[in-house]
Amino acid sequence: MQEAMIKRAKELLADGTVNRVLGWKKGEFAYDSTPSVFETAEELERDFVCNDFTQANLSKYLIKESRKEGKILAFLKPCDTYSFNQLLNEHRIIRENVYVIGIPGGPKLDVEKIKAKGISGITGISKDNFTIKIETLYGTESMPFYEAISEKCSNCKSKKHVEYDELVGDEGDILNSKRFDMVEKLENMTSQERFDFWQGELSKCIRCNACRNVCPACTCENCVFDNPKSGIDQKAAADCFEEKMFHIIRAFHVAGRCTDCGECTRVCPQNIPLHLLNRKFIKDINSLYGEFQAGADRTTKCPLTDYDVNDCEPSIVHERGVE
Amino acid sequence: MLKISAEKLNELFDKIASQQTLYIPVDREDKCAEFKKYESGMTLSKALNTVRSAKDFFLPQTENLAEFRRSGKTIEVKDIRKESEDFVVFGVRACDAKSFEILDSVFLAEPVDTFYKNRREHGTIVTMACTRPEETCFCTTFGINPTVPGGDASVYFDGESYFFVPFTEKGKVFMASISDMLEDGDVTKLSEVQAKAREIMTRLPLANLTTDSFGGEKLMEHFNSEKWAELSEACIGCGTCTFVCPTCQCYDIRDFDTGHGIKRFRCWDSCMYSDFTKMAHGNPRTSQLERFRQRFMHKLVYHPSNHEGEFGCVGCGRCLSKCPVSLNIVKVMKALEDK
Amino acid sequence: MQVNENFEPVIVAFCCNWCSYAGADLSGTNRLNYPTNVKIIRVPCSCRVNPMFILRAFQKGADGVIICGCHPGDCHYTSGNYFTRRRITLLYSMLDFLGIERNRTRLEWVSAAEGAKFAAVMNQFTEDVRKLGPNRRLEDLRCRKQ
Repeated sequence: MQEAMIKRAKELLADGTVNRVLGWKKGEFAYDSTPSVFETAEELERDFVCNDFTQANLSKYLIKESRKEGKILAFLKPCDTYSFNQLLNEHRIIRENVYVIGIPGGPKLDVEKIKAKGISGITGISKDNFTIKIETLYGTESMPFYEAISEKCSNCKSKKHVEYDELVGDEGDILNSKRFDMVEKLENMTSQERFDFWQGELSKCIRCNACRNVCPACTCENCVFDNPKSGIDQKAAADCFEEKMFHIIRAFHVAGRCTDCGECTRVCPQNIPLHLLNRKFIKDINSLYGEFQAGADRTTKCPLTDYDVNDCEPSIVHERGVE
Repeated sequence: MLKISAEKLNELFDKIASQQTLYIPVDREDKCAEFKKYESGMTLSKALNTVRSAKDFFLPQTENLAEFRRSGKTIEVKDIRKESEDFVVFGVRACDAKSFEILDSVFLAEPVDTFYKNRREHGTIVTMACTRPEETCFCTTFGINPTVPGGDASVYFDGESYFFVPFTEKGKVFMASISDMLEDGDVTKLSEVQAKAREIMTRLPLANLTTDSFGGEKLMEHFNSEKWAELSEACIGCGTCTFVCPTCQCYDIRDFDTGHGIKRFRCWDSCMYSDFTKMAHGNPRTSQLERFRQRFMHKLVYHPSNHEGEFGCVGCGRCLSKCPVSLNIVKVMKALEDK
Repeated sequence: MQVNENFEPVIVAFCCNWCSYAGADLSGTNRLNYPTNVKIIRVPCSCRVNPMFILRAFQKGADGVIICGCHPGDCHYTSGNYFTRRRITLLYSMLDFLGIERNRTRLEWVSAAEGAKFAAVMNQFTEDVRKLGPNRRLEDLRCRKQ
């Protein structure tokens, strides 16, 4: 796959269709990669990488990149194309300046899951059918492939590209995922249990803002939490209230626009399951206002900027589920 | 050398905890380690390092400084400083132990930060020698020997027993308080374990990284480097690297209106944030490139220039494993070195 | 749950200028009683209520927050309250998801002619919140009065 991508990128650079390529750059180890812009065939040959660990969603970088001189080639996984489409809906990306090649998605692996097995000193990782072999400073280890699958890929919602100029590899389908299972499990807990669960998770937050900054739906020029004029700007949660406020507002602000790409959970240094907050909104929107997938098309209105005169009343919250 | 067998470690913790507050690294549900206040029954984490560094004990993420209350035309200022209680931090690694020296050089230099000093004086650091360094480790680059971790007292583990060695007065007092539980032990196995750890240190992927191209005298060369644009291109401007870093020490002072008074507090700040060092005239660093450069220039050039050649990094590897887009000081060093 | 007889909850009521605020006025001119615990904040439209307002009310010491607006279809701005309805439903659902007691939040449609309804709603809501006791799950400890 990586070779095919590099080959096609070089062709498009050579024939002048694009003048830059957005992809992933090799890192220090077998598992780290950095989103990067490549300008020459030599750079692509030397540094371009696309493997089981290139999880990062590249669509947010296109806000900036599509405003630069010339056209840029972007490699987007299926889930990234939803974010891309949503950004197009919000007029954040200049479509004419981007050439999108859809590439097959995951399942991508998460090195944190490998490390959680107690495997450390990783110097090399290879895949052999359903097993991954991990070379370490302390000998060779192996583990089942599926146990290392990242959170965002373990509940994949779609392998279909919703926006692209051409595809490398085959087109996939929208999947029947079990992504709301954990939300449902929490809904069926008592109010006190839910409170304890979230208090435990959110108190780990160090307010690094990685979840916000990486989110393709969070594109405000000046975030309310950074704006001294807003009266609620914070650099750290000085009280557990502020942790909750930040995460409620972060999730609420992207409600109806979140494509469930899972980047927030991926980047959290404290492994807080932030996607559950977003999925709660998605699940509520689906059940109360009809099935909706942000970024799936260019025409459907976002449920929060739309209404129906027969919508349910907020008292529905008081009536359903467990108190 | 004095030792205690591994089975008895929790008894030892119970004893320490009965005298003063004890913090040890424990595993969370997600298998990441963090320092927690010891309560009977907790087990010491086997992880190499905690996600958050040990600097939290001396420079907490938020800390109240003063309170104000207005009555009529007067403002009452309340000094809320309290003498810290004695505490022990057990299981600090060599990198974090070294980071305290770096923090000391900032906070204990005149004018002394009394909040920091208060905590520092009451804390006893018991370090633990590394036996299983990870691929992200590069503390040796900064002259740290993880098999001799320093601190007030050190603990060495040979697989069966924990050996204790005191270094400072505080460490000796600590040792005296637990001496009745320690016994003399044979160090043959320990020397083998130590030798093996040292051998692995030489095989680490980052073992060849050096600081030769950095230091105070390289200011203009690195500041004006063209590499910064490419290096900082992917940075998303979050504060992960600065907040997990054991040596990042920048903070902001803010006021919070409680509705019945003002609380003045300080909290960690990050040079990656757009409002870092914002002043009345605006912000001195307006692009992410400048903010990104600031962080690494501080670690590799400004800090050594202001503190007799001491670098502001200890090679703990936290930023390597936690950066959302895998940018880190190692990549910066390698890129700047590359002429 | 033990009910503290002496506990007086603080209730913040966001009232739309055109209907509910006038409704509150009418309940006053009709000499109907509603508890002094209720602190009214007038907003141009219920749609003006940003989720942050609600969180901030809890932060600064509210024990319950109620939003009152024109009946659906009667919005002075034609459709403001329809947006409110969706937005507030999702927010309340999220607060419930985080384990905040669901009876601390409410939304009621009160027209300018419904002075009696306004008083009844406020009496009922205040009693509900009184039963829950002080807000502990969504409070800022720094703001607690010593």
